[in-house]
Amino acid sequence: MHSLGGLGGKAAAKRAPMAPPRSFIWTRRIVLGVLTIFALLPVYVMLSSSLKPLSDVTSTFSWIPTHITVSPYIQMWRTVPLAQYFVNSVIVCTSAAVVSVLLATFAAYAVSRYRFRGRRVFTLVVLSTQMFPGILFLLPLFLIYVSIGNATGFALLGSRTGLVITYLTFSLPFSIWLLAGYFDSIPRSLDEAALVDGCGPLGTLLRVVVPASIPGIVTVAVYAFMTAWGEVLFASVMTDDSTRTLAVGLRDYSTQTDIYWNQIMAASIVVSIPVVAGFLLMQRFLVTGLTAGAVK
Amino acid sequence: MPYLLLLPALLFELLVHLVPMVVGVYTSFRALTQLYLAQWLHAPWAGLGNYRIVADFNGAVGQALLHSFVVTCAFTAIAVGLSWLLGCTAAILAQDPFRGRGVLRAIFLTPYALPVYASVITWAFMFQYNNGLVNYVLHNELGITSRPTFWLLGDNSFIALVTVSVWRNWPFAFLVIMAGLQSIPRELYEAAAIDGAGIWQRIRLVTMPSLRPVNQVLVLVLFLWTFNDFTTPYVLFGNAAPQPADVISVHIYDASFLTWNFGEGSAMSVLLLLFLLVVSGGYLLITSRRRDA
Repeated sequence: MHSLGGLGGKAAAKRAPMAPPRSFIWTRRIVLGVLTIFALLPVYVMLSSSLKPLSDVTSTFSWIPTHITVSPYIQMWRTVPLAQYFVNSVIVCTSAAVVSVLLATFAAYAVSRYRFRGRRVFTLVVLSTQMFPGILFLLPLFLIYVSIGNATGFALLGSRTGLVITYLTFSLPFSIWLLAGYFDSIPRSLDEAALVDGCGPLGTLLRVVVPASIPGIVTVAVYAFMTAWGEVLFASVMTDDSTRTLAVGLRDYSTQTDIYWNQIMAASIVVSIPVVAGFLLMQRFLVTGLTAGAVK
Repeated sequence: MPYLLLLPALLFELLVHLVPMVVGVYTSFRALTQLYLAQWLHAPWAGLGNYRIVADFNGAVGQALLHSFVVTCAFTAIAVGLSWLLGCTAAILAQDPFRGRGVLRAIFLTPYALPVYASVITWAFMFQYNNGLVNYVLHNELGITSRPTFWLLGDNSFIALVTVSVWRNWPFAFLVIMAGLQSIPRELYEAAAIDGAGIWQRIRLVTMPSLRPVNQVLVLVLFLWTFNDFTTPYVLFGNAAPQPADVISVHIYDASFLTWNFGEGSAMSVLLLLFLLVVSGGYLLITSRRRDA
């Protein structure tokens, strides 16, 4: 009894010096407060300006919208063919995400379940492609697409297919890497049981490993979609009027004689909703995956 | 079997990343101008001609490239430094649980979750001369500047670019350092506390040294992202980046697609590739040697 009390006293003594002093708490309040404002400022500007009439966004800035209107959200569809850009983006990004996830699943299974010659090299090469700037691939890829078009008559330049192929490779490395980690955590005994039941490697993957990895696969899909949704460089060169995506199309509001800032802000809100929603849904998984690479 | 499973992914990676790298090196030795664009394989041999033009720092092309390179280095150093500083400070301050910590974390992730072009275009609006928020606050509300400032033209464009870049990247530093903090054993803090170390001393003596391996990787990733960033300057300034903010990605893009001189553009790209390889390789070598020691 006596000794237990002694332990409790020790624990309390341990905790006391760990409690942060007032100076720390105030620093925390002030710094985190300033950073909150910094992080949210553009979001506030986006929201408030999207509810202002044109005359209010072309004159001196004001914090609070005085003449609240939703007309920017209606006019934005007419000023530029936003709906078409939206459809293009949805088609391109969904296709890229689906194909990327499919390829990543197969590749990750190989990386996770087999020991083969060149396994480390493969992982390294795939990850190192992330190091280099897009501009490095842009010119040659442009030329390669031109040649493929000339040789086969299948125009990749200006087509959605060309963009899908490009985008899916952007998310592939990270997807493979993240999924391989996920597959590693699935007990091998499940694989072996499936093999005993007569499933081939492909059957094992599709019937056992994939169903057990749905959260990981969804995370990877969201990541692939987000990556494609925000890409500007390749979209600016590889699309034409009919295949233009939102990433490039949003700039059309500025090429008119007036800059319709209120409509740009409204459009920015609308194009952000799909990815922000996906990000929030998958936040926990995505954050773990994104940071694991740097921490491990 | 493993090769068969890898094949599709490998094929696409080859098509979009590795083959273009080889083609890029090939075209950098060719006089590839608009005339030969459709038959680029047959563009005339140029030897080291493109490199000579691009690396001749007395000529107009070389001088512009060197200027752009210097701008990019300065931009990267400042933006990475600030992003790291903000992310690290925020992560350390938010290390111990307090009320509203979860909400705060979600807020800090906003810059990361928004599509780049949507948030950068908003920043472009905020930096407008007549109707932007920044001039309103600095000039009209606080009276710091005697007249409104042009943020997207001239020397100030560099400040604007750094601001937006830091806004976009510090949440990533925050996330990574947060994750790194979780792996520091609590006993270390308790031992330091028993030895009489206050919270500031604990941060200096326990947290910072423990974060070293995380920081090494984080800084490299931030460096590559910032150095290679195209979207931020391109959306912020449009096609013609102002001289003081003419970063390398945009510079090569403009040099290639405005003049369609792909030969010179490729030569610039190859030089950029070599630079990145040397810097990343050297960095990894130094940091890993230090870790072994």
